[in-house]
Amino acid sequence: MTQLQYKRTGSANGRTGSRYWRSKTAYLGVLPFLAFTGIFLLYPTWNVVSGAFRDNYGEFSTTILKSVFNDSIARKAFGNSLELSAKTAIVGAILGGLFAWAIATGKPGGLFYKVSVALSSVLAQFGGVMLVFAFLATFGFNGLILTFATQYLPTTFLADASWLYSMNGLAVLYTFFQIPLMVLVFLPTLENLKPQWREASDALGGKSFEYWLRVGIPILTPSFAGAALLLFVNSFSAYATANVLINLADYLTPLQIATALTSETGGSNPAEAKVLSFYMVIVVTVVMTMYALLRRKVSNWEQRR
Amino acid sequence: MKFSKLTSGSVAAALVVALAIPVVQSSSASAAGRDISKATSASQAGGVAGLAAACKKEGQLNTIALPHYWANYKGMIDGFKATYGVKVDEADPEASSQQEIDAAVTLKGTQRSPDVFDVGLAVAVKYLNTGTFAPYKVRSWNNLSFAKDIDPSAQVTPNYTGTLTIGYSGSLGTITKLDDLFDPKFKGKVALNGDPLGSSTGMNGIFMINKALGGTFDDTSKAVAWFAKLKALGNFINVNPTEATVASGQTPVVIDNGYVQAGIIKTMAAAGKVWKMYTPAAVGSTYNSAVSAWAPHPACARLWMEYTLSEAGADFWAVGGATPTLWVHLLKTKRASAAGKAAIGNSKTNAEKATSDQTVKARAYLKTAWPAAVGTN
Repeated sequence: MTQLQYKRTGSANGRTGSRYWRSKTAYLGVLPFLAFTGIFLLYPTWNVVSGAFRDNYGEFSTTILKSVFNDSIARKAFGNSLELSAKTAIVGAILGGLFAWAIATGKPGGLFYKVSVALSSVLAQFGGVMLVFAFLATFGFNGLILTFATQYLPTTFLADASWLYSMNGLAVLYTFFQIPLMVLVFLPTLENLKPQWREASDALGGKSFEYWLRVGIPILTPSFAGAALLLFVNSFSAYATANVLINLADYLTPLQIATALTSETGGSNPAEAKVLSFYMVIVVTVVMTMYALLRRKVSNWEQRR
Repeated sequence: MKFSKLTSGSVAAALVVALAIPVVQSSSASAAGRDISKATSASQAGGVAGLAAACKKEGQLNTIALPHYWANYKGMIDGFKATYGVKVDEADPEASSQQEIDAAVTLKGTQRSPDVFDVGLAVAVKYLNTGTFAPYKVRSWNNLSFAKDIDPSAQVTPNYTGTLTIGYSGSLGTITKLDDLFDPKFKGKVALNGDPLGSSTGMNGIFMINKALGGTFDDTSKAVAWFAKLKALGNFINVNPTEATVASGQTPVVIDNGYVQAGIIKTMAAAGKVWKMYTPAAVGSTYNSAVSAWAPHPACARLWMEYTLSEAGADFWAVGGATPTLWVHLLKTKRASAAGKAAIGNSKTNAEKATSDQTVKARAYLKTAWPAAVGTN
């Protein structure tokens, strides 16, 4: 459809170069993208948001919105979700940032660079049942390390696997995919740090710490913070990993939503699920707005380059 | 990246995505002459032979939430395919009972909507008389245990019963009483399949422990106290066991359905390992079959009901470690197969079940009591 139109406008009447037509056809290319986001992002979001203001019979109501807001179990789950996301975003951003820095200062296009970036692309998507299994088999009560540690390192945390089955364990698992994601997101910014800036600073008598304090960190901060926000949302929305490791229906908000949607024991409550999702959407909207504002700052720098 | 993460942001949003995919196809075609989608028994559809012929014409049965390791569903599905020469389209094997109904509602009017349901009691009762199920009485209906109690109108038909059990690795010795699990050698080894707030298996696991400790279906506090002690000792882990964790020994003790554990015993034996079961109390619940009111293949749906609830079907259940609701009748009339008897014996026919009211009540109690007992920081 779009291609057909393009062809007609392009060749048939000889007005190919017409500014008028070009301004119209330029938007056609973006149509598939808009259709995609419309179907898979905007429509579901609208469904969640509008559903949050309805009860289970489809009537307009704010009862569930209020009752969930005041429910101590829902609050605890939301708190857990926020805490977990904040922890893993901070740790992931710092460690991932350092790793990205190591990659950026290495030989560009070298073997280490290529392997690291390729590995990051894969590991950033490594989650869910497989990730939990990998950690259980390694650090779990019946895992490889524990068997070894009980014999040789009986006093270390490695000999007691209980940390893995808690919030901390979950945080470690999440960090496992947060670090590579940080590398992918943050690496381009680091690569945009021009060596000339450092040379200019040096030439003007600036010390290393002065360069970082006045040039490096100010330039990198918005991008770093933006990446951290992305990590926050990434773990805020994660579900499959937690579902296997922590078998508690109301532990995190995503788990609570799943329970409200699928409970076989009389807990099914789709309206509650939508309300919980709605609260998540609010958090994500706030975070992504901050992200967008930071990106604007970053692109300012990139344009002036 | 950003958008994909955002959409996966909420499970609800992801589910709604399914709604948004437009699949509009022609609605059900029925056999010449009679409207099979209205048939409430085989005799109204020209007998089982008539159903089989009409099903062959439809060419396909849509199922949902039938895991192959579950109660020998693999055997059942293969048997159906071989007997009637139709395709079986299996959707989302790991879905819950609730998701089965949701999928049918969402896909209503399309060729992809599930034809038949296999749902736990709570969900079955919840959707009675809501126009979700098409009433259908199989030929063996009068001989089925519980059928009249659960639903005399035959919208749902109890098909098989699972007895809960504790499956465990043979390398841990032999469990002879519940308190054996308090032993330090079980540290970090005991898991429950599913959380009771969401999963009926998890809920029944708690009912089983509760009954073994002398509790009733109306008060599950004894089981909660037992699990709290198990957790305090560090023996209980909150991992949701999967095939992989069981096979690799990460969850060496699992409280689970007997008909799942029966399959594990076989796969373990094939790998040269010993897996055992210990059943402290006979507690279970029926899984119930129903024809979807919106079945795109109404003849195949009814044929599947006839097949799974026939003697041949009962045999598949029994071999898989589940107790068919036809079993008592088969034992009485001495028609139970030797293989079936070897698998489930004569004894497991009287497992106690919670009513759906008792389940809802237990859930309300466990909503706070369960995380307090076994929760983590």
